[in-house]
Amino acid sequence: MSEQRYVRESQESGRRIFGLSVAAGAMFFLLFTRLWYLQIIESDRLLDLSESNRLRFVPIAASRGAILDRNGKVLVSNTPSFSVAVVPQDVKDKDELIGRLAKYLNLDRSELMEKWEKGKGRAKYYPVIIASGITRDQVEFLEENRLRLPGVDIEMKPIREYPNDQLAAHLLGYLAEISEQELENEAFKEYNPGDYTGKSGIERSWERELHGTDGGRQIEVDARGRYLRTVSETTPEIGNSVVLTVDLEIQKRAEQAFGDKAGAAVAMDVNSGEILAFVSNPGFDPALFTGRMSPAQWKEYLDDKRHPLENKALKGQYPPGSTFKIVTALAGLEEGLIDENSTVVCTGSHTMGRDRFKCWEKKGHGAVNLKRAIKESCDVYFYQLGERLGVDKIAAYARRLGLGERLGVGLENEKGGLIPTSEWKEKKYKKKWYRGETLPVAIGQGYTLMTPIQLASMIATVANEGTVHRPYLVKRIVDRDGKVIKEFTPQVLRKAVFKPGSLNAVKEGLLAVVNEPKGTGGGARLYEVKVAGKTGTSQVVKLRVDKGNIPYQYRDHALFVAFAPYEKPEVAVAVVIEHGEHGGAAAAPVAGSILRAYFEGKGVIRKPVKDEVTADDETEESPDTIGEE
Amino acid sequence: MLDRRLITNFDWTLIGLVLLISAIGVLNIYSASASYKVIGAPYALKQCYWILTGLVLIVIVCSVDYHLLEDVAYWFYGVVLALLVVVLVAGKTSMGATRWLHLGFINIQPSEPMKIVIIMAFARFFAGFPVLRKLTIRDILYPLLLLGGPALLIMKQPDLGTAILVILVASSMMLYVGVRWTALVSVFLTALPVFYLGWQRYLRDYQKARILNFLDPERDPLGSGYHIIQSEIAVGSGGLSGKGFLHGTQTQLRFLPEQHTDFAFSVFSEEWGFIGCLVMLCLYFFLILWGLQIAGRCNDRFGSLMAVGVTAMLFWHMVINVGMVIGLFPVVGVPLPFFSYGGTSMVTSMVGVGILLNVSMRRFMF
Repeated sequence: MSEQRYVRESQESGRRIFGLSVAAGAMFFLLFTRLWYLQIIESDRLLDLSESNRLRFVPIAASRGAILDRNGKVLVSNTPSFSVAVVPQDVKDKDELIGRLAKYLNLDRSELMEKWEKGKGRAKYYPVIIASGITRDQVEFLEENRLRLPGVDIEMKPIREYPNDQLAAHLLGYLAEISEQELENEAFKEYNPGDYTGKSGIERSWERELHGTDGGRQIEVDARGRYLRTVSETTPEIGNSVVLTVDLEIQKRAEQAFGDKAGAAVAMDVNSGEILAFVSNPGFDPALFTGRMSPAQWKEYLDDKRHPLENKALKGQYPPGSTFKIVTALAGLEEGLIDENSTVVCTGSHTMGRDRFKCWEKKGHGAVNLKRAIKESCDVYFYQLGERLGVDKIAAYARRLGLGERLGVGLENEKGGLIPTSEWKEKKYKKKWYRGETLPVAIGQGYTLMTPIQLASMIATVANEGTVHRPYLVKRIVDRDGKVIKEFTPQVLRKAVFKPGSLNAVKEGLLAVVNEPKGTGGGARLYEVKVAGKTGTSQVVKLRVDKGNIPYQYRDHALFVAFAPYEKPEVAVAVVIEHGEHGGAAAAPVAGSILRAYFEGKGVIRKPVKDEVTADDETEESPDTIGEE
Repeated sequence: MLDRRLITNFDWTLIGLVLLISAIGVLNIYSASASYKVIGAPYALKQCYWILTGLVLIVIVCSVDYHLLEDVAYWFYGVVLALLVVVLVAGKTSMGATRWLHLGFINIQPSEPMKIVIIMAFARFFAGFPVLRKLTIRDILYPLLLLGGPALLIMKQPDLGTAILVILVASSMMLYVGVRWTALVSVFLTALPVFYLGWQRYLRDYQKARILNFLDPERDPLGSGYHIIQSEIAVGSGGLSGKGFLHGTQTQLRFLPEQHTDFAFSVFSEEWGFIGCLVMLCLYFFLILWGLQIAGRCNDRFGSLMAVGVTAMLFWHMVINVGMVIGLFPVVGVPLPFFSYGGTSMVTSMVGVGILLNVSMRRFMF
């Protein structure tokens, strides 16, 4: 080997070693770059991922707060319910398992399958509830056959219990599984799929208080989702209880008085606005909405002409009929157009221009003063008064009584009724108000609409001489230990100032309605307490067919508003019987029953030995009941 | 044979570097296996035994002048190749792969010694080539056959990682020797259809899945893409300074697959962060440079080639393993030398170090 060649060779070798070193260095640089990317740039995101990786949250549902009546009697509480949950990661043969469960639980396979599909996309360790509300027998059976059902868990969670069945169903509302829209809503961000939320009534309005705070367990799991240990545990906080202003006894009696008739009733404390009874009849079974409602049951509810799913007390808007004569009378007295002695001769109809407006009494009432006009509900008297007042004056007084707008009871979708004015018509129909249109308004027909709550509020305002209270349903919120969290006090919406004479004149008429011969509201009479009230019959269709059977849905609504005791009013009540035809015959006795229940509770009236007093008994007790027509 | 000059020239830096890496490796294995319920000696302790075994092997390998290896290189190669054939016929199958051979008292994995003997065979083959001559296609035909046999046999086991490794090591040695562009291009042109055929006929579904999942880990987040995602999460969540020794959540909760063996570096990254990784990679880089330095300083061609081969072996192990852990390469079961738990890997790497030391301390004895 020559010297020269040796040098060249070692130079070449050195170059190649250097080349390899550079190549290796480049490779290391590549690794560094990637590490920099992962550990510096992407670090935060991956750290989050690693945190969520190991910690799983298993929610523990909080027990929902109870709903109590004003005396602490339970209206809604909880009872344990068993559901079948399946943990997907532990299931070996899905089809076989579902087949077995369907057989054991006597349920439809496709129904179980549907529930199973819902759980897809969630973590495999997260139990999917595929059947709820199973019986204790089924629980036992499943427990015994557990080995043959890998992946099946029985979960116990509290569900709603309704000790009074359907009582006050519309008021209390029902629960159902949280909907997709709700889940996306910010207000429900703490909720999990499968949770129950209040969908109507108190359950819905007071969801925040009732729901409680779900607890949960932070568990650490390994890569297979196997439980390792509990990191932290928060015990669920039982929801607060809502104490209503409603009195269970009055509510019960009110619903009994309704029987199977459709309609609504509201009883209210005239001095505070507390609602004592809140009836919408017929009711529904709230438990069905929470559990499984059969399609047949659902169809039955939907097909019922009496609309059991509608909250009539809150959302039912009815023409107030003759009950509105209270407003017209007050307006007339306040405007000085009439006094208690002014008389009108009723010939059975009133003519204005080319139109003839009939009184319900075709023979005519003869000469009537205000008291008699109210007592016998003479239409002609109020036609004349209405004509003189004009629609806008009537509306102004209606507004003073808090009508034509929502009272803010605190339940969802409350309706505000309608008090028409000429301006309203101009706006709505782009048409002038015709004077002839004022006349039906004066007797509570035409465009005028009121809800049962507004009817109750109206009569309460008359009774307490001008104070419009916000009707309210919730007396207080208490926590699990009974400690008061919030207390609700009466709220005055407006204070109308009336001449004492005006109110007295109207009240005297109302007293006569119930207590004097030929009064239309004798059905509400109580012998121990003086009741004052006003009947109403509101037309559903304009053309009346006088003979033959009128189909149910075209029959008139029967209304009655009342307060008692006459001397020192405590309670007001409004009753609407849908298609009940005669306010005096159908609605007044129901109002009477409610008032009786109230005064029995007060000890003013001795309870009869016989436990139940039905609406029929009441009717028989009132010999003076005469229809308005 | 072990005269005083050998002791003076003994490469203490190299052995120190290796022991330092191994020691860190032991600590890391301790953490990685902290969540395990182990029957018998803990992994960290067993790893210490393997290190000691490795040191003994180093002494043995060092005591024999590497020049002697040149004569027996092909014999060794032949024996290991034969063992690879035997494995395929009579090997022990575990987890879908046939890699182990029962030899009564000991189980061996012939693909491991193949890494060493292919280096020896190639070193022997290229030792006769003049330094300044670049290899033509004809020159590399024979080495390609030397490489192709074992590579195919290992791939057939199947052990894709080791097969790729053997190919990379052999190729690195050829590049060191110097290959003409024409030869390189023709090899590539031949290789392409071979890869295609290999993909179609030889690769198992799980291997294909691994490669596809590497290209797109989200393809199957709970399946084989899982390893990549979990490892990336572990590495990335370590951040700048790591979660601390024994505090890696991914590790302690066993989200990482094979975290004390192939994914050991993932554990280290999570617990020591970017700073730790930087230190670790620098140690490895230093080791590689040192190995190349040994090759460069060696006066004879065989020794130099041996040193390059061993360094390439350590380098590729390291790059493939770390690259896999940080999601740069597909998941192939390649351990990190001195760092991953396991006797096989430790023995192979230590023998490699023994060869480096051997070449290093005898560089003046030509």
